[in-house]
Amino acid sequence: MNCDEFVELVTAYLEGTLPAETEQRFVEHLAECDGCDRYLEQIRSTVDNLGHLPAQRMAPEVRDRLLAAFRDWPTG
Amino acid sequence: MADTALPADAVVVARLRARDETMFASLLDAWSAGMLRAARAYVADDHAAQDVVQEAWLGVLRGIDGFQELSSLRTWVYKILINKARTRGVRDARTVPGLVVAGDGDRGPTVDPARFRGGDDPYPGHWRGLPPAWPSPEDGAVAAETRRQLAAALADLPARQRVVVTLRDVAGHSSDEVCDLLSISAANQRVLLHRGRAALRATLEQHWIKEARA
Repeated sequence: MNCDEFVELVTAYLEGTLPAETEQRFVEHLAECDGCDRYLEQIRSTVDNLGHLPAQRMAPEVRDRLLAAFRDWPTG
Repeated sequence: MADTALPADAVVVARLRARDETMFASLLDAWSAGMLRAARAYVADDHAAQDVVQEAWLGVLRGIDGFQELSSLRTWVYKILINKARTRGVRDARTVPGLVVAGDGDRGPTVDPARFRGGDDPYPGHWRGLPPAWPSPEDGAVAAETRRQLAAALADLPARQRVVVTLRDVAGHSSDEVCDLLSISAANQRVLLHRGRAALRATLEQHWIKEARA
């Protein structure tokens, strides 16, 4: 496998959707290529950081309004 | 993202129907942050995202007594959210296609072909030089800067990539959930996720190259 092919298969690999034969070639390439090892690591780090973006908080007045609406909601 | 603090859907739904305010408050606190992020992928600013999330929760209240439990509660809540967000995005003329389909801008290599050796090289298709290393993520300042850069880069992604990356990687939905929420195929979802992630990685790379030169 070449590096330019490897970089386009990274997401399918992480999703576990590569055909077995392709996955084998992918993993073999990964084992011997420092550049692709680093590339995959950087994609993983990007995904991990996306999962830790600063939390957005619901505005307190919106939360209060919703709780009030819930309190006043007629029972169905 | 598992909501380990919340009981099973059936319990949550029963308690909401019994108008258990504590349960509703727990749900608001557990899900609103992710919902704000998802809404922000469709609308122009944080204020509009707050409005959309508020409207979505009111929609949840209106619908909870009739909720059929055909999908998970969270998927159902996010479907309401995405409908509200789409409507608001259209109203604010922030064009997010109703149907998220990979288009012409989603083809071609995700890494600049100049980074790889050409056909006349003994190793065609291999890296010309290793992708430069990034500073250690253990450094708290690096992590904070990385996340600042990512938040800005996410806002600049094409809308359909932004929506998929936000739902998958920021809000933590599974691939199946995202396909269901957006009514797209698994292959389509994967293309958009792949391109979005590759673009975000490239932005971080550019940032750290610039920092190293400074």
